Amino acid sequence: MSTDANSDIDVDVVRKDFPILAREVHGVPLVYLDSANSAQKPQVVIDAEAEFYARHYANVARAVHTLGSEATNAFEGARDKVAAFLNAPSRDEVVFTSNITAALNLLAYAFSNASTFPGAERFALKPGDEIVVTEMEHHSNIVPWQQLALRTGATFRWIPIDEQGRLVEAAIDEVISERTKVVSFVHQSNALGTINPVRRIVDRAHAVGALAIVDAAQSAPHLPLDVQELGADFVAFTGHKLYGPSGVGVLWGRYELLAAMPPFLGGGEMIETVAMEGSTFAAPPHRFEAGTPMIAQAVALGAAVDYVTALGKEAIRAHEAALTGYALDRLQSVPGLRIIGPASTVDRGATISFALDGVHPHDVAQLLDEQGIAVRAGHHCARPVCVRYGIPATTRASFGVYTTTEEIDALVAGVGKVKELFS
Amino acid sequence: MTMPMDSMYQQIILDHYKHPSHRAVLEPFDAEVHHVNPTCGDEVTLRVRVADGVVADLGWQGEGCSISQASTSVMSELVVGKPVADALELQQRFLELMQSRGEARLTEADADALDDAVAFEGVSKYPARVKCALLGWMAMKSAVAEAGWAEKEEVSS
Repeated sequence: MSTDANSDIDVDVVRKDFPILAREVHGVPLVYLDSANSAQKPQVVIDAEAEFYARHYANVARAVHTLGSEATNAFEGARDKVAAFLNAPSRDEVVFTSNITAALNLLAYAFSNASTFPGAERFALKPGDEIVVTEMEHHSNIVPWQQLALRTGATFRWIPIDEQGRLVEAAIDEVISERTKVVSFVHQSNALGTINPVRRIVDRAHAVGALAIVDAAQSAPHLPLDVQELGADFVAFTGHKLYGPSGVGVLWGRYELLAAMPPFLGGGEMIETVAMEGSTFAAPPHRFEAGTPMIAQAVALGAAVDYVTALGKEAIRAHEAALTGYALDRLQSVPGLRIIGPASTVDRGATISFALDGVHPHDVAQLLDEQGIAVRAGHHCARPVCVRYGIPATTRASFGVYTTTEEIDALVAGVGKVKELFS
Repeated sequence: MTMPMDSMYQQIILDHYKHPSHRAVLEPFDAEVHHVNPTCGDEVTLRVRVADGVVADLGWQGEGCSISQASTSVMSELVVGKPVADALELQQRFLELMQSRGEARLTEADADALDDAVAFEGVSKYPARVKCALLGWMAMKSAVAEAGWAEKEEVSS
């Protein structure tokens, strides 16, 4: 039995839900430690998408025929599941996007459009205003805001990180000021594993009248995600990291904000009425879902949400906390290995980046792959983090509901072999 | 540790990584180029001296993954002393090998010409790493082009 003592997850049972975990690479069993990049899919998610295409597929919201109605019910049913998963006050606060990058760009472009949209003044930015992120953001939460700053003349600022991979606490109140209009930050860092004090930052943002946006890409699969508890104005997550399909993500926003916010993409299904002289727009969420959406993927995301909910977010957290503690201990016992990010399990998730003396992360990852172990190497789309620690890249192992302590042992043994080869 | 026969990390590659050839600051030189591979953060600064149409000498400095550094080292050994035309022909052969997606059918002539560079054949199966193996070769190509151009300028002036 691989069940961890302080976890309710029976990992042997969970693993049977994921067909890909039975395959081999390079003649050895796959050890998949790249879930923070993208998680594998349980059979129920694969079946939900296949079944939808096989039996119920048609376009949504337009067709009056039976298949169109079934498809619409399935698509909108997925919205209900996501709303419950987030503890959202209203299902109309759930906007389907293609991923988090799309969700954050949606916000950044809607904010740019605000200066000419009646009633949307609170989203408009001008010279002198400031947009604040943190130094540990994914590029998708940096670049859209840098571009928004360029378009509006606003100033782009960031909260720095310390040697341990945490936000510099004293800087939160300093960087977020009366000039700040938008604060967008990551819940759990994809490069460091750090879990940020969401409430602390949100409260500061609100105290100065700024909008607070949370990138929940890495936290959604691992931590309970209650938008009312987080207190932010917008929260985004993506399906493919939550054991769901690629191509679907979610932007949650407070209804009164979404209702006042101008659209980003214009097109079909986002309108109220269209005339050649001008158009008016649908209410949220449809205002932000122009064009035929990712129908089957949203339906399968609903199945993924059901799967994760059935396992239990608290049980998942306990399972992964045990794995993280085990992995930190084992990895730190390897001479020449340095953890990049918090070295303890306090406020940190199941994603561990490390550097190995004298061996480039791409060599580490490639040699681990030759032993069947899949990890990620690179700057993890968070290059400023690598710059901060003076390294070109890191090797990153990340865990999920199906990860076992034996797989962590395989990682540690694999790293040992890499060191031997390069010694 | 013994690696499987199909490992990307052939002994030749590891040897060149640990003991690189021509890793030095070349003086004097005709051209210097700096190439980077953004995916791995690999970098190489390469200087070349061309005389009478021959790669008279070459020196490089760099940092990055073992594939990029070892490949630059192997390239240096192969091209120093060769006519520029031959060096560029070899560069083309290596480029084709790297673009073969693991499907290369090397002739005996290819293998003879490429010599130690054949060890990088396994890299061609991994699209993310092909740029690493090509880094030094592309730098050499740019450098001799720059040096060649300078030489022609000299001749015509």
